[in-house]
Amino acid sequence: MNQASSRIESTLSSAQFCRRLLRRQLVLAIRRPVEIGNPLLFFTMVVALFPLGLGPAPAQLAEFAPGVLWIIALLSNLLTSDAIFRGDFEDGSLEQLLLSPQPLYLSVLAYIGAHWLVTGLLLALVSPIFAVMLNLSTASIPALVGSLLLGTGVLSLLGCVGAALTVGLRRGGMLISLLILPLYMPVLIFGSAAVNAAVLGNPAGPYLAILAGMLCFAVALAPFAVAAGLRISIDA
Amino acid sequence: MGTRASICIIATSMWSFFHKLGSPPWLYKISGSILRWLLPITVVALAVGLAWGLLFTAPDFRQGNSYRIIYIHVPAAIVALAAYYIMALAGAVSLIWKMKMADIAMKACAPIGASFTFLALVTGAIWGKPTWGTWWVWDARITSMLVLLFLYLGVVALYEAFDNKEAASKACAVLALVGTVNIPIIYKSVDWWYSLHQPASIKMTGGSSIDSSMLYPLFWMIASVYALFACCMMLSMRVEILKSEGKTGWVKRLATESNS
Repeated sequence: MNQASSRIESTLSSAQFCRRLLRRQLVLAIRRPVEIGNPLLFFTMVVALFPLGLGPAPAQLAEFAPGVLWIIALLSNLLTSDAIFRGDFEDGSLEQLLLSPQPLYLSVLAYIGAHWLVTGLLLALVSPIFAVMLNLSTASIPALVGSLLLGTGVLSLLGCVGAALTVGLRRGGMLISLLILPLYMPVLIFGSAAVNAAVLGNPAGPYLAILAGMLCFAVALAPFAVAAGLRISIDA
Repeated sequence: MGTRASICIIATSMWSFFHKLGSPPWLYKISGSILRWLLPITVVALAVGLAWGLLFTAPDFRQGNSYRIIYIHVPAAIVALAAYYIMALAGAVSLIWKMKMADIAMKACAPIGASFTFLALVTGAIWGKPTWGTWWVWDARITSMLVLLFLYLGVVALYEAFDNKEAASKACAVLALVGTVNIPIIYKSVDWWYSLHQPASIKMTGGSSIDSSMLYPLFWMIASVYALFACCMMLSMRVEILKSEGKTGWVKRLATESNS
């Protein structure tokens, strides 16, 4: 019985392994719903800060809304990316992952995918509510959701690079934002530009296409940097 | 046949040079003998270039004397950008060939590059006030220089955070390489982003080409600041070499020889 199961384990294809890893990450996240809820709560609270700080005039809020929503999405992504590898690093399962014969590129992609599903995707899906609260024109909501769907993917990929580089450090929290924020800037620029274009009645397509291009570029390259970062952190 | 043999000889001599670069005592010795003449030349060249640019060139037709800061601003900005690519290149070399001296070069490069970037930003702000009427504009070039500064500081912060310095250099090398991709993207994105919002009302007052009487001192200063960068790099690398090789025989011999 044991022998048979071990044979099955050894013939597990990379795609299957990747899928199981993704499933494991998602199950872990769902078992602790607070972890999923926290970024959303953070998003809500920071949205509430802006009318208090800028004044509740609807026209003014609408003007700032694209940038505000994007910056909050970026910050909530940043705050969650610190924890991507931390648990698995502390209990040693990350070390097992590095020792396993599976390609690290795909395993890392599973981690990133799980992170995106529980933060970026959810934020993009609930963002129309906050867009309405900030008086953003309804015509620009598809552009907002589209840009967040694509952009948060890039953010998760880049955030993972920072998480991998800092996972072995005791005080990773502040450092990771210093490392990643400069890398987030192009995404922020194009993401808010897409929404702004939609607000002005211009096509948001070109910006979304650039974001999609950045996503492809990041999917192709970032997992290698994450894998290298994890190896360095485990060795240290 | 002859060309092939000579190519072989060149290749082997280049390889041995590359190999020697990895040796701390050799690098320490050769950088010492280079610095002995490069350092005085740099000091003199900087003094000559500054005097030439700040005192002896004609004032600009539109900007008067304020343009003279170009002789510090432009060389600092050029070297700041070049230093990032040197840092990333050193990081790549250290990741691929595990060369310890490349680590040291990368580590030395980060604070020096950050200083030049800071100098470029500050001189730019000082220059911007009389000519543009403002200290700061979120223009593509300025924003990408600011991000460059953040990237340098990120490398420094990451290096300091690790206790294991070998892992620190590797992590910094990965970060520097990721940042290399970022800089051109930032530059282009801010360029497009800015031009979308409003037409660039504030531009470099240039457009007209610089007169050669102003261009020659500028070239002179660029060369001198590159030399200054090389001196800073070598001085900083020598300190690092001594720190990391402090327990080896050749450093002890060096210390006892210089004491006697």
